[in-house]
Amino acid sequence: MAESTYIAAFIAVAAVATFATRVIPFLFFERHTEHPLIQHLGRYLPAAVMALLATVFLQRSGSWTADLPGFDALIPGLLVVAVHLWQRNALLSIAAGTASYMVIQQAGVV
Amino acid sequence: MNHSVFRLTLPILFGYLPLGMAFGVLFATQLDYAWWIAPLMGVVIFAGAGQILAVSLLAANAGLVEVFVAMFVLNARHLFYGLSLLGQFRGAGWRKVYLIFGLTDETYSLLTSRPRGPDRAHEQTVDFRITAFNQGYWVIGCALGALLADNVAFNSTGIEFALVALFIVLTIEQLKALGDSLPVWLGAAAAGVAMIALPPAHQLIGAIAIVTAILLLHYRRIRGEQSSEGEVNRG
Repeated sequence: MAESTYIAAFIAVAAVATFATRVIPFLFFERHTEHPLIQHLGRYLPAAVMALLATVFLQRSGSWTADLPGFDALIPGLLVVAVHLWQRNALLSIAAGTASYMVIQQAGVV
Repeated sequence: MNHSVFRLTLPILFGYLPLGMAFGVLFATQLDYAWWIAPLMGVVIFAGAGQILAVSLLAANAGLVEVFVAMFVLNARHLFYGLSLLGQFRGAGWRKVYLIFGLTDETYSLLTSRPRGPDRAHEQTVDFRITAFNQGYWVIGCALGALLADNVAFNSTGIEFALVALFIVLTIEQLKALGDSLPVWLGAAAAGVAMIALPPAHQLIGAIAIVTAILLLHYRRIRGEQSSEGEVNRG
């Protein structure tokens, strides 16, 4: 296969596979929007997914073999929680956490 | 409206620019294709982890069936996102295809967490713009990374933590909106189990599958209690 044909086919296949994962629920469950089970998942799933995304990516942001394992991610993470509970301003919380994480990573202080 | 959408998506900008650039740099340094293929992938695929995986698949000259399976499995967590947005996207017309296409982790997080008014069509327009802004940031990041490759001057190490911080903030917001901490603990516990039991590539889908299964059991228990009280909750 010529290089340009391969890359075109590659991108098309990757795009279709990715879109398939996103569209399948809408193709198969569309008629059941009012079903109490779908309502139940719609109510609880986002909070659960958010918590698990936060947990997984927080874990991946930390270095767990350091002297204080994971502190380089946990301290900025706790700072986000504290600032957010205090001011409830999403941008401020995110900026505070990100800035502290960047300082910690670049200076290698923890 | 665009001003408030920009404010809402600003954390995504801070996350997507560096991540998109990371992908672009990887693409340009690992592969011999034209630089504009990188932003093109951001336009038609729009998946962070998926595109980074795509670089290694391209480097290995992977077969197309393998590409399909690898991309589908890696992105399989999106299957669960649509389930909680069926109602929200209903009746969105031509916008709906794009709303579904743009369901990344980050877009999903914003769309399910932001406060919504009673005007459904208006809210869907806002959802559409949020998705478009996010994809714009992503595509710009991909292009910048591929163009600049190893000439990036600003030390942005760690800026991608913006996405982690966003997930933490949205968890708190979900908790406050729901007034029930159960799903948050379930999600964190499922993540813990998945991180111990599974390799990194399968942890997200594993955790989402675990938590969905537990929510199904939870649903059955609640329904059992309700039918014994003789009422049906249609939410």
